[in-house]
Amino acid sequence: MAESKKELLTRAIFQRNPIALLVLGICSALAVTGSMSTALVMSVCLTLVVACSSLTISLVRNQIPTTVRIGIQITVIATLVILVDQILKAFFYDLAKQLSIYVGLIITNCIVMGRAEGFAMSNPPGKAFVDGIGNGLGYGFIMLTVAFFRELLGSGSLFGHRLLNLTANGGWYEANGLMLLPASAFFIIALIIWLLRTLQPAQQEKD
Amino acid sequence: MAKESPAKPFYSVLILALVCSMLVAGAAVGLRPRQETNRKFDQKKNILRAAGLYHGQGGQAEVEKLFQAVETKIIRLSDGSVVKPAEIEPATFNQLKAAFNPETGRALTKEEDQAGLGRRENYSLVYLVKKNDRLDKVILPVRGKGLWSTMYGYVALANDLATINGITFYQHGETPGLGGEIENETWQAGWAGKKIHNLQGEPVLRVVKGKSSGEESRYQIDGISGATLTMNGVSNMMSFWFGDHGFKPFLERYKNRGDLDG
Repeated sequence: MAESKKELLTRAIFQRNPIALLVLGICSALAVTGSMSTALVMSVCLTLVVACSSLTISLVRNQIPTTVRIGIQITVIATLVILVDQILKAFFYDLAKQLSIYVGLIITNCIVMGRAEGFAMSNPPGKAFVDGIGNGLGYGFIMLTVAFFRELLGSGSLFGHRLLNLTANGGWYEANGLMLLPASAFFIIALIIWLLRTLQPAQQEKD
Repeated sequence: MAKESPAKPFYSVLILALVCSMLVAGAAVGLRPRQETNRKFDQKKNILRAAGLYHGQGGQAEVEKLFQAVETKIIRLSDGSVVKPAEIEPATFNQLKAAFNPETGRALTKEEDQAGLGRRENYSLVYLVKKNDRLDKVILPVRGKGLWSTMYGYVALANDLATINGITFYQHGETPGLGGEIENETWQAGWAGKKIHNLQGEPVLRVVKGKSSGEESRYQIDGISGATLTMNGVSNMMSFWFGDHGFKPFLERYKNRGDLDG
């Protein structure tokens, strides 16, 4: 398959979304989508990590012995994730506090591994980098969509700004407790997958 | 791809490990001073928030200015007496590390250890806010095990040393949206005016399920639904830190004195 860089960038958002089509990276999609701001920061962090790890691995792909390639990929990813975590703690302390454990969880996010193993190992650095960015954006697209519904319906706000007046504060909107729970992300992701596969029947799996 | 020699995996992994560990160590060491400043700043902010002096506006300069009104002291937890700065300097005293130093901390027995701490320091920081030279508020650091994590917070007491003025939690790893709601300011506001000890002097302050009501409600905090285990942790934390092994000797000693001297 020879796609242009532009295709690489955009196809991961709708046609080959890592969450919706490949169903990777679900665990963090459940964990940090309770509010828009954490989802946004998580998406930015993941995009950075997946792009940089794909780039690094693609640069040295001919030097990586096949027998230990998974270990090497994980080490590169883990190093990048720790760097991101340290930088967040130094410059965005409040966000780092909210995200703390989830940033660490990027290491186990299958999207990063998946792109490293599935794309970066067999493609030149430039393409691998763009593919990483694209997948990060695709991930971010789903994360923000899920977070939009969860925060709006669960907390009555977006990015922390109150939009619906909650009954807890004397308003009219009874917060939906289910939306606060991670499980609600499953329902929303399922609905998104349904929508995407209806719009693009090519994504449907054959029986 | 050329055929690999059997040694290649070993040295590629070695080189990689070396490079990665240098990167990680470099970042950790290089960024530590900044992270440390952030952490200290965040603690100050929370001390001020517990005391009701800071409401989330204003940056670092504002917090530093407000914090000048706060006096930091160290007390001996066993009898509650104030330790002179010449003995232990409050600015450099690390309370969490002190707990694990055999000279400045001790292991708690199972019965004593309600908050799940394992060890407790012999000295604690206390923060005093004065108004017209009279003690107005006392802010005490507390911590205890929740469902997943140790929760760290500050409790501010009014000058009678018996009534809660405010509470904040500045570090925890509880479930976001459930136990994590201990950060919710609306919930924290419900603590104001609650009494810590009953007439017999027992630390009876508790978080209850649902709404507090009736005779006992002066010692009860409304629970957060879906966060029972975190709430139990908060209750245990309160009974430990306001009990005999916590701040009770200190509070008894200075109750209604209006000052902390002598």
